[in-house]
Amino acid sequence: MVDVLIGAQSVTKRFPGVLATNQVSIELKPGRILALLGENGAGKSTLVNMLFGMYRPDEGSVIIKDEVVNLQGPSDAIRRGIGMVHQHFQLVPPMSVVENIVLGAEPKKLGLVDLPEARKRVLELVTRFSLDVDPDALVEELPVGTQQRVEILKALYRNAEVLILDEPTAVLTPQETDHLLQVLRDLTTRGVGVVFITHKLREVLAIADDIVVLRNGQVVGTTTPSASSETALAEMMVGRSVLLRVDKTISQPGEVVLEVRNLEVDDDRSQRAVNNLSLKVRKGEILGIAGVEGNGQRELVEAITGLRASEAGEILISARAVTNTSPRKIASLGVGHIPEDREKHGVIGVYSVEENAMINRYHRKPFSLRGLLQRKAITSHAKEVVNEFDVRTPRLDTAVATLSGGNKQKLIVGREFSGEIKFLIAAQPTRGIDIGAIEFIHRSIVKKRDEGAAVLLVSAELDEIIGLADRIAVLFEGKIVATLDAAEADREQIGLLMAGVGVS
Amino acid sequence: MTSRRRAFLWVLVAVLITLIFGFYSINSGQTTAVLAGTVRAATLLVLGAICGMICERSGIVNIGIEGQFLMAAFSAFTVTSLTGSLALGVFAGIATGLVLGWLLAAMAVGLKVDQIIAGTVINIAAVGLTSFFYDRSRSLGVGKYSPIELGSLADIPLIGRVFFSRPLLTYITICLIVLVHIAMFRSVWGMRTRAIGEHPGAADTVGIRVLRLRYFNATLAGGFAGFGGAYLALEAVGAFSRNMSGGRGFLALAVMIFGRRSPFGAYAAALFFGFATALQNQFQLNSTFDIPTQFVGMLPYVVTIVVVALSGLFGSMRDPAALGQTYEKS
Ligand SMILES: Nc1ncnc2c1ncn2[C@@H]1O[C@H](COP(=O)(O)OP(=O)(O)OP(=O)(O)O)[C@@H](O)[C@H]1O
Ligand SMILES: [Mg+2]
Repeated sequence: MVDVLIGAQSVTKRFPGVLATNQVSIELKPGRILALLGENGAGKSTLVNMLFGMYRPDEGSVIIKDEVVNLQGPSDAIRRGIGMVHQHFQLVPPMSVVENIVLGAEPKKLGLVDLPEARKRVLELVTRFSLDVDPDALVEELPVGTQQRVEILKALYRNAEVLILDEPTAVLTPQETDHLLQVLRDLTTRGVGVVFITHKLREVLAIADDIVVLRNGQVVGTTTPSASSETALAEMMVGRSVLLRVDKTISQPGEVVLEVRNLEVDDDRSQRAVNNLSLKVRKGEILGIAGVEGNGQRELVEAITGLRASEAGEILISARAVTNTSPRKIASLGVGHIPEDREKHGVIGVYSVEENAMINRYHRKPFSLRGLLQRKAITSHAKEVVNEFDVRTPRLDTAVATLSGGNKQKLIVGREFSGEIKFLIAAQPTRGIDIGAIEFIHRSIVKKRDEGAAVLLVSAELDEIIGLADRIAVLFEGKIVATLDAAEADREQIGLLMAGVGVS
Repeated sequence: MTSRRRAFLWVLVAVLITLIFGFYSINSGQTTAVLAGTVRAATLLVLGAICGMICERSGIVNIGIEGQFLMAAFSAFTVTSLTGSLALGVFAGIATGLVLGWLLAAMAVGLKVDQIIAGTVINIAAVGLTSFFYDRSRSLGVGKYSPIELGSLADIPLIGRVFFSRPLLTYITICLIVLVHIAMFRSVWGMRTRAIGEHPGAADTVGIRVLRLRYFNATLAGGFAGFGGAYLALEAVGAFSRNMSGGRGFLALAVMIFGRRSPFGAYAAALFFGFATALQNQFQLNSTFDIPTQFVGMLPYVVTIVVVALSGLFGSMRDPAALGQTYEKS
């Protein structure tokens, strides 16, 4: 019987200009769940990437099953029974679910991939863990929540004895999250150990056996759920006390800023995703769109921001028709957009922090004069954004791809908020963001509202919608099935509406 | 492919077949000659396209096919003229291709040189080296592979002449097309290859050695181009001449794209391009039409431009997502 399933002994990892982890030690015993908590950029992903052989520690060592190991790469870790679900999906988009799951460990027959056998094994896992996925679907066509399930199946397929999950719940709906937690508990009864990274304290308290909190690359505390609470954990993470609720006054709605009339939008597979949808957002109010992911939110947002063609209907911003116009034109009307997919629509990874901080306005003054970029203006603007929004980056010319997920998000929010905006559309604005930053982003959104912006907030987090919105529209199968006043909204009732209960 | 596009393709095929049989009934001799020429030209193109496809599916742009053809043709020819053995010549051609493929990998994957530059280096080196040594060897024809009739299949009118009485390397090529097609879409190797061209990071996390596989594939792909070069010198022409690949390494890239980076698709596309080439040759041989030869000579290139421009109709295909990018591990 092994004692320590996986662990780190005083591991240190440096990146250019950053000490990502500093003498960190953790250990995981069989059948237990270890939760890793910490702010954005605290070094959580770096730590688990070392456990998985993606990075080599500069100092210290990794322990697997009581043995000090020297992992040359992920294949070494996989061979030793480590499975990992990465923060950024590691799936091949144009390949099918089955192909993605078995890739690298394919069942073979005469050198060919035995797809029927692979499919059979995947279906077994799907039923055993009730992780519902269509094995033949192409990954690129799946909503993020389902892609997440594919990632988990990938690890289970390899019979992982240790499962490392880097923010697996960031993209899941509450139901999906509950389900995932159930699956993890199930696994621990079979002796599997789990390392679990999340920013959601409720999940940590619900499922963890041990909790380790990191800050600035160091372990700042070790505790257990019974000895802790949400506020205590939040404080330990951020190093100050955090307000877990949003403070805001009653909204003072003015004239209509966004009006959507009978909108019809298709998804990537040319299926109708938004169906005869109409809504209005007024100056000075936050309209929250609640709904289980995949009910047309993405298509709605993309249509409004000009990233996707609408099939029918009208979109008006400040009474100007903007249906099927270019994203730049729409942005120039004073529209800020925090996109759902930050890697794809939010930042350009190979560009620097500085450039990304103004990429939505690079062609305008003061960033560009007579067709030439103005470095000084760009740098000073980036400095402001980075300071005000607390983006943790070693330098302004660092490539954005190397920032931690949460810091990328703060950069996007900072960029969109630093322009003059009449209308803000925020899709999953706090996905993958730490408690302290969530508090900050929520306050910023409310501040924009109070300054007179109209805000459309799309979120899979029911708490976020209820806490932030003035009015709540529930989206189900591409239609708005109910619009409620936030004051009289009730969690239970919205949950039912989201699931389509009581909808004719 | 949507059903509309598929229908379009079928109509195109039907029209072509009707036309061919029409012409055959009017002038069987010329029709057979054109179609035989089509297959001859297509063989070289498809080998180049397979080389390009294996590289691109793995995420490497190979514009050095032209140079690989030329250098392989040269060494195949030289070895045959020294030893008198066609088979040894073919092996020499393949070996040259493998070496050049490895060289491409060493530059593009190992040293992370820009892939376009790496390919260009190979092209320039090929022209330089072959011209330099060509002057001295000054060889004449060394003989070439002659047609083998496949029994009674060869007696089928038209088709028998065109497909079943070809020299050895053409038959081998057709087998290779089938083999590579199966390997690319059904084998473990093919699946991993497609993965490293689309998302090398994901492949890495499941334990696939991305760089090693890219090295392997670029080298292997070079072998196909090398075989193509040997085919050019020892079967299609039977001699070596300066710059004899004549841009067909580049044309092969168009064939690859038009064929949607699949061997079967590439063969269909290669036959199409080969047809244009064969037609041009036929026009130049008999002067029934009074068209200046320069214009006739343009035919394959005009077809290339038109076809590449229209290829969207056949379902545009995305490039592999990681095409042309070096993969860096942290
Ligand atoms: N490949 C890299 N190159 C350079 N710096 C990096 C790299 N990966 C991470 N870093 C830096 O190391 C620090 C720790 O990053 P890490 O991704 O581990 O944070 P995290 O705790 O996972 O944060 P989040 O919650 O936002 O995901 C950050 O400052 C980040 O910018
Ligand atoms: Mg992380």
